[in-house]
Amino acid sequence: MILTEDLTKTFDDFTAVDGVNLVVGKGEVLAILGPNGAGKTTTVRMLTSILKPTRGRAVIAGFDVVTHPREVRASVGVLTEHHGLYNRMRPEEYLGFFGDVYGLEKARTTQRTGALLDLFSLSEARGRKIGEFSKGMRQKLALARAMLHDPHVLLLDEPTSAMDPASARLVRDSIKELRSSERTVVICTHNLVEAEELADRIAIIRRGRIIARGTVSELKDQLLGPTIYEVEFVENVAGGKSLELPAEVTWKLNGAASIQYSSPDADRYNPIVLRQLLEQGFGVKTLREATRSLEQVYLQAVMGGDTSREDLYV
Amino acid sequence: MFDRLRPVWIVARRELIDQLRDWRILSPIILLTVLFPAIMNFTADRIVNFTIRYGADIVGERLIPFLLMMVGFFPVTISLVIALESFAGEKERGSIEPLLSSPLEDWQLYLGKLIAVMAPPLAASYMGIVVYLVGVYRELGWVAEPALLLQVLALTFMQGLVMISGAVVISTQTTSVRAANLLASFIIIPMAFVMQGESIVMFWGQYYALWWAVAGMGLIGALLVRTGIGHFNREELLGRELDVLNFGWMWRVFAKGFRGTSKNVADWYLRELPLTLREMRLGLVFMMLMFIGAFWVGKLLTGMFPIPSELLNLESINQVEVEGLDSIRLFSSASILPIFLQNLRVMVFAVILGLFSYSVAGILLMLLPFAILGYFGFLLAQGGLPIWQFFAVFVLPHGIFEIPAILLAGTAILRMGANLAAPALGKSITEGVLQSFADWAKIMLGVVLPLLLAAAMMEALVTPQIAIWLLTR
Repeated sequence: MILTEDLTKTFDDFTAVDGVNLVVGKGEVLAILGPNGAGKTTTVRMLTSILKPTRGRAVIAGFDVVTHPREVRASVGVLTEHHGLYNRMRPEEYLGFFGDVYGLEKARTTQRTGALLDLFSLSEARGRKIGEFSKGMRQKLALARAMLHDPHVLLLDEPTSAMDPASARLVRDSIKELRSSERTVVICTHNLVEAEELADRIAIIRRGRIIARGTVSELKDQLLGPTIYEVEFVENVAGGKSLELPAEVTWKLNGAASIQYSSPDADRYNPIVLRQLLEQGFGVKTLREATRSLEQVYLQAVMGGDTSREDLYV
Repeated sequence: MFDRLRPVWIVARRELIDQLRDWRILSPIILLTVLFPAIMNFTADRIVNFTIRYGADIVGERLIPFLLMMVGFFPVTISLVIALESFAGEKERGSIEPLLSSPLEDWQLYLGKLIAVMAPPLAASYMGIVVYLVGVYRELGWVAEPALLLQVLALTFMQGLVMISGAVVISTQTTSVRAANLLASFIIIPMAFVMQGESIVMFWGQYYALWWAVAGMGLIGALLVRTGIGHFNREELLGRELDVLNFGWMWRVFAKGFRGTSKNVADWYLRELPLTLREMRLGLVFMMLMFIGAFWVGKLLTGMFPIPSELLNLESINQVEVEGLDSIRLFSSASILPIFLQNLRVMVFAVILGLFSYSVAGILLMLLPFAILGYFGFLLAQGGLPIWQFFAVFVLPHGIFEIPAILLAGTAILRMGANLAAPALGKSITEGVLQSFADWAKIMLGVVLPLLLAAAMMEALVTPQIAIWLLTR
């Protein structure tokens, strides 16, 4: 549904996007993460045929962004960084205008408008001018506009920013619904929890280049190393009797009553570790995987070295 | 076709509704439609009566059409504010991006906005004109000549078109309304000059000249619309941060354009320069045709501004005085530098004029000598000097270098205007201008300056000798 090959955009002597390769299929959600100015918005603008790539190509819903810009734009719904609403209009009027712009039949526009206003709990605000809307309401209306023509591909820039938790949940559920209705969704976000919850795959972009990509667990393995396990004991182990584990297992104390360890093969070594600890008389309270957040992955990718493999597609 | 125009109307309708809901736009339009014409009526009535009292009827007669023009002009100036708000404002607020992400084509969006921005102020202007006309008819019994009325209506339309299309060009080069407002002086100042010129025409009473103003404004409007369409595109609107002048980048663009792909000076002279000259072929043909046209205009001027034939009789020239000319320092090597610098000054002045007028004023300056040559050539022909002889003696010795120099410099200026009006894809106005300027500099340095130097030497040392020989033989 989305395919980019060596997608590059240069402004004068500044390269904003540099050789981005992406493949996002139907029913997939890709989250693009990256610091401000990393090239996320420029990438989205190229995927919407607003900006022409300097090098490489992009195909959206079967249409090339350079040779078929009109078809691309008709197939894509975009939630832009700035919502771009008209303050003196009412929500139905606003969506009606975009229905006309997208060439929808009047009846279809009316039906979609009603459904979307209901979906985003904006029906009660039908009579109000957009200028009177809260930030969250504006965000939801902008999202409704992006979904109005029922596009195959949705490109969403910070879809839940400025929303209260309930509204954000509403939007996240809508995105999940889009995935199950075989839509392709690309989210640009700084909200890592949201990205982890929604995205099937994640691409981290820095200085125009994709520096890490994969599923959340792949990224954790790539960037944070093998999984770390944590054992909590019922008594202090520090300074007491010596603790012996297999040579392949590396471990360290994690406070007075806890250790952390990693092994080359968790399926094989976790039962061995547990058995040995019990045999040595340690009272094991819990054994669990240590928490590794997407934030750690992101910071490692952005602050750490370049881990990109150009032969890989997301 | 209708399907392609439908989105234009969709965009225009939304903008129109939006404007009609904004009291900040509506209030001045209403005031200028009703109150301003009423004040003008009052002014016309008082001044006409006052001037009649002192026998200066003509002042009153000329004032009424002048005020008619003013009544039309003032409401249409609001279009500038609305245009800046509509184009730069939408860009600044980010509301243009959803439109650019839609299937609308650039020209549909441009045209829709243009219509929406122009319609209310123009309607207000025309209504104001009607209010004024009714007023002066009731107060003074004055009825406008249909031709004059048509001229004022056309002029008002063209003024609106120029201001709006100029505002669009400005808006594409800025990212905020504030910056656009500051740059609006590039529209307001020339418009002020135009209004002064039109006012002179109105008081002069030579109303036919207003058609020239209509045509001139129409031409500038069309060029600005062409530039606007060229720059009002997605790439330009969202792809650039334009409010900061990046001199380093500007220099690099200029240097790259000037150097081209040449590796050294010899390569530049032998490969890059001929390449640029080849690109100028079409422009050169066009310039040559204009030179011939200017020469012909010179011939026509001989009929309008004749000189008594006895003054043109070459045989009446005092032989001694002519021979004495030889001893004047003017015809010596000391004149070479002043002649060269004078020609260079004109060339530089022409490029500056060309930059601000889509080449028109710069080209006109270049054409002027040809019109003068035509005038004197044909005038002297009436006095008995065959035109070929005039050219062979007075023009060709140095003209053989100077005419190609003017032709080439003029073509470089012409290309500058063409690049402004029809920009190359993906290039900003600044980039286009810098590239054209680099081409101009290339032609100037590589060809025109050597030719001008040779022409100055010929003009100082050879042409006078041949002319003296002819006049004293």
